Amino acid sequence: MASVPISPDSRFGLRRQARLTGPLHLSSGALLGPVDIAYETYGTMNADKSNVILICHALTGDQYVASDHPVTGKPGWWWRLVGEGKPVDPARHFIVCSNVIGSCMGSSGPASIDPVTGDPHAMRFPVLTIADMVRAQAALLDHLGVDRLSAVIGGSMGGMQALTWPTLFPDRVESCVVIASTARHSAQNIAFHEVGRQAIMADPLWRGGDYYADGQVPSAGLAVARMAAHITYLSEAGLTEKFGRRLQGRDAKTFGFDADFQVESYLRHQGLSFVERFDANSYLYITRAMDYYDIADDHGGSLAKAFTATKARFCLVSFDTDWLYPTTESRIIVHALNASGAQASFVELSSPFGHDAFLLECPELNRVVDGFLKGGRA
Amino acid sequence: MSETLRPDLALIARTVRQGARVLDVGCGDGALMAAMRDNAQVDARGLEIDGSNVAAAVGRGLSVVQGDADTDLGYYPDASFDYAILSQTLQTTRRPDLVVEELLRIGRQAFVSFPNFAHWRGRISLLWGGRMPVTRLLPDTWYDTLNIHHVTVDDFRALVKERGWTIDGQWFLKGDKETTHANANLFAEHAVFLLRK
Repeated sequence: MASVPISPDSRFGLRRQARLTGPLHLSSGALLGPVDIAYETYGTMNADKSNVILICHALTGDQYVASDHPVTGKPGWWWRLVGEGKPVDPARHFIVCSNVIGSCMGSSGPASIDPVTGDPHAMRFPVLTIADMVRAQAALLDHLGVDRLSAVIGGSMGGMQALTWPTLFPDRVESCVVIASTARHSAQNIAFHEVGRQAIMADPLWRGGDYYADGQVPSAGLAVARMAAHITYLSEAGLTEKFGRRLQGRDAKTFGFDADFQVESYLRHQGLSFVERFDANSYLYITRAMDYYDIADDHGGSLAKAFTATKARFCLVSFDTDWLYPTTESRIIVHALNASGAQASFVELSSPFGHDAFLLECPELNRVVDGFLKGGRA
Repeated sequence: MSETLRPDLALIARTVRQGARVLDVGCGDGALMAAMRDNAQVDARGLEIDGSNVAAAVGRGLSVVQGDADTDLGYYPDASFDYAILSQTLQTTRRPDLVVEELLRIGRQAFVSFPNFAHWRGRISLLWGGRMPVTRLLPDTWYDTLNIHHVTVDDFRALVKERGWTIDGQWFLKGDKETTHANANLFAEHAVFLLRK
């Protein structure tokens, strides 16, 4: 396990938490405060503070982008992109990754304690948006003494935050990397999320979200939500290649409802391991935030208008087998950036792994991100 | 830093104004864009259909978007660039005339370069051999070439006249050397036009 380095400034390093007095003004009009943000930093901020990179995580991700996960023990979720000798390198960059508000890894969310009542917020936590997550990140950067981001980088929901950054803080972002993401959640995206939420809320243990007191959590519902979502992260070809119709630990069909097929067993495992590390109410809040996400809608219906105020450079990457946030979604962003005159790069990379490709081995992705980040210094 | 540019690209790189805003349509791996950026401080953007070319160009720090000249130019605003460049791509588009119209809408001026199908070698190949020419500039056979609209210098001049465009400059190449305007339709392997609306 990675050790916590001795830092002269306790704000920097692994496993940090900040209490921001706030309050944070949310998109809904509600106020949230105080706000706890759990985060990690890697590398050292240089004298002119010009090497700061913010990494934004996806729906079920967390701040452990490049260090071992405290619950699962697995290496950081984006170790392929962030780390020594990688495109985002603590030897050159000061890297910040924080847990989004609404989540359950140390930042304020439905599972955290409401200081007024002394009980968990549960469903009394205010409904959030992607923009609210970004506002909380900006408040954290204020706390860290960071004015400008050399780059903000994210995939999937992290890409939504990255793309939102220059629309909310046009002068605080120099470049923006948006991978396997979109400028708005589609009807199909919302539909899949609704299936997940209904699975959680249909679990009798959910109890309107007030399940924290006795530890009887709606794990069956959350596992089903995860299983359904997990299918959308993969591709048909990828599933066929990995599992086909192969049977799980048996020679013949059982003519029953056990996990006969490998793919069933795999999904059940995904569901079960997920509930050990994730809070069901957080899943409801974060999927809701994604559903509300539509950058054009926040700018009078024009996506191009959202980017007219920023000088940021943009890099967009999609994957050809990603049907959750397909290439057409990235193209919509690119066309808007072209119309607004922004500096934009876009490439569709080839991968058999569907949406999950952004987290997996992809040398081309590293080459593109590395070149893009260095391009700013040419 | 500077690699050897294809002759038509070298010519364009020499001709663009310092600090101009340029859109390179069909920019390949970004060789021309990089040369213009490094030598003339040009603010260059690219459009390229091939993903591995785009990855290579972005990997060298260029702003390149993966897209199709036939369908994606409409998303660029009017007169948003000083120059729009279309090098060796005209003959691969579905509607070359519409693509040039778009270049002249997006750019104040447009560079268009293309291999001249009426070069004498090609003529001989067709006249004596009775076969579609396969030459240094047109190295592909008829069934696997990307060039779906072969064009000659005189064809292009006729299109310019018909559409009322203005020719601000024209250059003709034989190998990597410039050649005379006289009988360019017969002797030029390659033509570069600078147009304005």
